[in-house]
Amino acid sequence: MNNLIILPIVIPAIIGALLVFFAKSQKIQRFISVITMTAILFVSIWLSIDVYQNGIQVIALGDWPMPFGIPLVADMFATVMILLSSVVGIFCLFFAFRTIHPNRERFYFYPFYFFLIAGVNGTFLTGDLFNLFVFFEVTLIASYILIVHGSTAFQLRESFKYLAMNVFASMFFVVGVAYIYATTGTMNIAHIGLRVEELGQEGVLNVVAIVLLFVFAMKGALFPLYFWLPRSYTGPPAVVSALFVGLLTKIGIYAIIRVFTVIFNHEISFTHNIILILAGLTMLVGVLGAVAKYDFKSILAYHSVSQVGYMVMGLGIFTPLALAGAIYFMVHHSIVKAGLFLFSGVAEKITGTTDIKQMGGLLKTHPAFSWLFFVTAMSLAGIPPLAGFFGKFTLIVPGLSEGHYVVVAVSLIVGLLTLFSMMKIFSYSFWGRQKHSASQAKIKTRDLLVAISPFVVTTIAMGLAAEPIFSYFLDMAHELLDPSIYIESVLEE
Amino acid sequence: MSIVVGVSFMVGTYLIMARSLLSVVIGLNMLAHGSHLLLLTMAGLKTGAPPLLDRPETAFSDPLPQALILTAIVISFGITAFTIAIAYRTYKVYQTDDLEQLRGSPDE
Repeated sequence: MNNLIILPIVIPAIIGALLVFFAKSQKIQRFISVITMTAILFVSIWLSIDVYQNGIQVIALGDWPMPFGIPLVADMFATVMILLSSVVGIFCLFFAFRTIHPNRERFYFYPFYFFLIAGVNGTFLTGDLFNLFVFFEVTLIASYILIVHGSTAFQLRESFKYLAMNVFASMFFVVGVAYIYATTGTMNIAHIGLRVEELGQEGVLNVVAIVLLFVFAMKGALFPLYFWLPRSYTGPPAVVSALFVGLLTKIGIYAIIRVFTVIFNHEISFTHNIILILAGLTMLVGVLGAVAKYDFKSILAYHSVSQVGYMVMGLGIFTPLALAGAIYFMVHHSIVKAGLFLFSGVAEKITGTTDIKQMGGLLKTHPAFSWLFFVTAMSLAGIPPLAGFFGKFTLIVPGLSEGHYVVVAVSLIVGLLTLFSMMKIFSYSFWGRQKHSASQAKIKTRDLLVAISPFVVTTIAMGLAAEPIFSYFLDMAHELLDPSIYIESVLEE
Repeated sequence: MSIVVGVSFMVGTYLIMARSLLSVVIGLNMLAHGSHLLLLTMAGLKTGAPPLLDRPETAFSDPLPQALILTAIVISFGITAFTIAIAYRTYKVYQTDDLEQLRGSPDE
């Protein structure tokens, strides 16, 4: 029993509701938001240290005995994700202060920001499958509102599609839950894991595994179900896209990794091979989209599709190093891609467009901005010593030693194409003839860059400190690959 | 019950394929109903007494599916309301409810 675990969910939920009453006052909203995000950050650091020292922490909500009650479980994987969500949340908040239009601020931007954080943290911490569905919905409802917030024509059109896709996927989540309840008679993830082990994972349980994979793949934008992502992420303001790419697609990937390590880990040759194939296709299709596009945000959005492939590739290979690499890649990608989306916001603010063919010469007028972008883009493309290199390296090495040559080859080609499309952005919008007017060239970006620089610093630091981070992540991967640790610590609570 | 579930899934799928915004919303709603009924059916219908402690019976029905479905219904109700609002705004802005015309810009 550890009451600390509930704080990352409860704090943002309460503060979000509170902020509704201060919607008209910009100053109070900003003040409360900063204090709250800082508090959440400290709680998640504290929780991470606690879990690292004392093992998995569990709280049974309402003090119902396990496996009947809803547990919140903080293991190392969950705490890393909580830490990630609070870091991305606090960095994006400062950028939001500088860029979000006051009208949007007055119309409940911050409350939904916090509801989103609450939902995401809940998804990471919950130990109950139905509760996972509920927290997915909490997150998604906040995301529906943030994505349509401002209701420009483009946003309305794309949001409706986003909404329809996600409602459809959620319905299948309920179907998957129904099948699981029918076969195992429990909703507790740890207990389901135990029951599946007793029953043997075959027949209908494999069907359930694929239904759940379908649901999470839709949320996480895996290969056949990625098509909603690029368009809907280009509509809203840069900070919302950054937050979505940092957190929202990650909850899908998190759920896939959680479900396929704790519950469905007995038929690896079937499920994990499907995951590997999907990973390869996702990488390839995503990066081809990025190569074809000439819109700053679209390129970034297609990239996030392709990089989702790397994360599930780690799960598909299913060795400790690959899993550690996948989680490292998730953290790296959240930070870097959120940063890049913010850079696209800055470029849009300077030039008034997101079309890279209409940009040019930014290097001359805004050198600091350009070089910071360059560093982040190189990290995404995987140039050592930045974080992206270590993420890819630790996926490719176990891929080779396990004999998955095709996926490894695909991932190397994709890495090359990533570099190519990043250079495309750089050469079109930063080099070349200056295409923005003299008055636009005078726009000061210092405040914005200060808000983004934490992302850049983090990715450099993650690259330089790869050794200690990886030893921590390897511990986590061992914990994930031995589900009995998770199951026992939940059921003994 | 299984047949009802199948029919509502069928109707829902058919309506989602339609071109009108509103029928997509109704189709999603039908799918939601189908999945809720599926949850109820899958968990087994009434098999014993109401699960109250002071009853003399020893076999009780499982109360959990009802709790799950209630939650799922509330969620789908809220989302449906929001979807209808978005659909209405989209219609007002674009002056059409035909999804073919909402595909996106011609150059994409």
